Amino acid sequence: MMNLRLKSKLEVATIYGIIAVVSIIIFYPLAWALGLSFNSGTSLYSSSIIPKEPTLEHYRWLFTSPESNYVTWYKNTLIVSTVSSILSICFTSMTAYALSRFQFVGRKGGMYAFLLLQMFPVMMAMVALYIFLNLIGLLNTLIGLIMIYVGGQIPFNAWLVKGYLDTISRELDDAAKIDGAGPIRLFVQILLPLITPILAIVALTNFMLPVFDFILPSIILHDKSKYTLAVGLYNFVTEKYSSNFTVFTAGAILIAVPIAAIYLFLQKYFISGLAAGGTKG
Amino acid sequence: MDERQQVETQPHAQVHHRAHYPWLAMLLSVLFAGLGQLYNRSYIKGIILIVIELAFIVTSADFIGLGLWGIATLGTIPKLDHSIFLLVYGILSLIMLAIAAMIYIINIRDAKRQAEQIQNGWQRPPLKEAAKQAYMNSFPYLLSVPGFILLIFVVIFPLLFAISLAFTNYDLYHSPPRNLVDWVGFDNFINLVTVPIWNQSFLKVLSWTLVWTIVSTTLQIGLGLFLAILVNDKRIKFKRLIRTILILPWAIPNFVTIMIFSALFNDQFGAVNRTLLGWLNIDPLPWLTDPLYTKIALIGIQVWLGFPFLFALFTGVLQSISHDSYEAADVDGGTRWQKFRYITLPHVLFATAPLLIIQYTANFNNFNIIYLFNGGGPAVRGQTAGGTDILISWVYKLTFTTNNYNMAAAISLLIGVIVIVFAFIQFRRTKSFKEERDQ
Repeated sequence: MMNLRLKSKLEVATIYGIIAVVSIIIFYPLAWALGLSFNSGTSLYSSSIIPKEPTLEHYRWLFTSPESNYVTWYKNTLIVSTVSSILSICFTSMTAYALSRFQFVGRKGGMYAFLLLQMFPVMMAMVALYIFLNLIGLLNTLIGLIMIYVGGQIPFNAWLVKGYLDTISRELDDAAKIDGAGPIRLFVQILLPLITPILAIVALTNFMLPVFDFILPSIILHDKSKYTLAVGLYNFVTEKYSSNFTVFTAGAILIAVPIAAIYLFLQKYFISGLAAGGTKG
Repeated sequence: MDERQQVETQPHAQVHHRAHYPWLAMLLSVLFAGLGQLYNRSYIKGIILIVIELAFIVTSADFIGLGLWGIATLGTIPKLDHSIFLLVYGILSLIMLAIAAMIYIINIRDAKRQAEQIQNGWQRPPLKEAAKQAYMNSFPYLLSVPGFILLIFVVIFPLLFAISLAFTNYDLYHSPPRNLVDWVGFDNFINLVTVPIWNQSFLKVLSWTLVWTIVSTTLQIGLGLFLAILVNDKRIKFKRLIRTILILPWAIPNFVTIMIFSALFNDQFGAVNRTLLGWLNIDPLPWLTDPLYTKIALIGIQVWLGFPFLFALFTGVLQSISHDSYEAADVDGGTRWQKFRYITLPHVLFATAPLLIIQYTANFNNFNIIYLFNGGGPAVRGQTAGGTDILISWVYKLTFTTNNYNMAAAISLLIGVIVIVFAFIQFRRTKSFKEERDQ
């Protein structure tokens, strides 16, 4: 009996030990960047995780220096994120509604096509997108970028939302039809409120994509004043690595903190929604 | 035969039951969209179709003519004909023709179906009723048309364009407007495997891409599952706090963390060499200048970035497994390993299979980490691909650094085929798709 309890205690201790090691590995790079952002000066050699003379000079530089475009990049990113997230919901929910509730010529073919299209890497289409946006004069504009984000997400998210819609009983539809509701009213008043959890996920992923994405904006946007955060900060760092890195960490912290807060706050819904969509959709 | 008898026996019904031939309706609609509908006395529908076809012919005949000529020849006079624009027009023309053909076929089928109904004595409903029915029938199309149009321009057209480029010689030396681009058939693919400067890079990059995908993804799945099971143990306290910490890397934009890691691993001033290895009394390692060390660092970083999502996912699934099966296993004296092997693992894998597949395909095309960490480097002398380039980052370099558009397109086509074959086989085996097919 004693032996079993001792064994159990040892096991628990080992588990805590493993968790502690993993936590240190997780925190170390983050703490290092955080510490760097408060270090005075730009030297990476003399920097330390716990700054000797903590200072906010890098943060101040981001917002006040005439050389800094940080606020513009932040604004651009928020514009692209917000608009593409709203438009994505509209396009995706309409398409998913059609696929889930109507039988029409081309439905099956369309769904197979969506399944195929979502697997192609965006990279494949880069040159074409570049030429196409150039042709219609939307190269180097935020509108062009938004258009590609919204269009590109349709195949995957239409499947996700359609899968969710399929789980909602059609008896509701029939009841609404008997009450004289047309297809638009049925959708807006009855189905839409029921699918808000999955639409929230679509909105969130499409809000986050422009924040995270590097490759697409780096191809489409050329002016410093048009950059989103990812491209802006990358070019800022690679321009003058040694002298800009501390400022970069300050800028990075100001992105990471709000986003991490949103993610940690919403993680539960996010995961359950993904699991549901992944297995049902 | 039937028809005539009816007409003879019921003379008063003659007006409605006049001879009506589906083949004639079809033929008329083939000749010109809408004629069959006029013959069926669907005047409004017929006129709309006629107007659509006229408008299509008037507005796009020239464009389609130019486009078809363009895609066939890719231009004949250098400096005057711009091959790439001609290719773009050609693809757009083909898409327009495909859509027109689709509408045309629907038009013909509609004419035939309606004529058959009339032949069988179908009564035309009053206009209001018919309008309502038409609205209901076209509603799903109205819903999907906006998305469809966007999809054509930002997904389908670019894909067709990329596929076409793979069969041309569009590179630095054949670049309009100075020179013309030509169709070269499968030459690019043949060069990729036969010409030494290409096939060396290709094999090297392909093998590293596969190793990268399999090792990093499997490790992150394994670590995620391992930690999820550990934290799920009922003797562990502070679960919420622990879970929040373990999910943290997932919550931070990965371009930020990758760039931080890139500095941490910097050969000169990076903390990994200066601090960590300093403690362990190990000489500084060439993390960014030796391909092998860069590869090790990349896999490590990807595991750091990737396991939290899987950890969270598995945690959710583990909580949904009922205790009954474990209790039953306890009664039967099952060992811990047996419980994991026969209860936990099948349940978890079944519930998450599609998402796990997506993890593999995502890492196969994980451009961000390769490019942002070390630019695919260290550079290799005499080759376009760096020491740690995966296919997708190599394609990026070929496109935007050395302008080998044709080779970039050929390689991305291969990537697309690999990913699709892999994913499609797997998706077909998942439950959701079977349900859809049974419907």
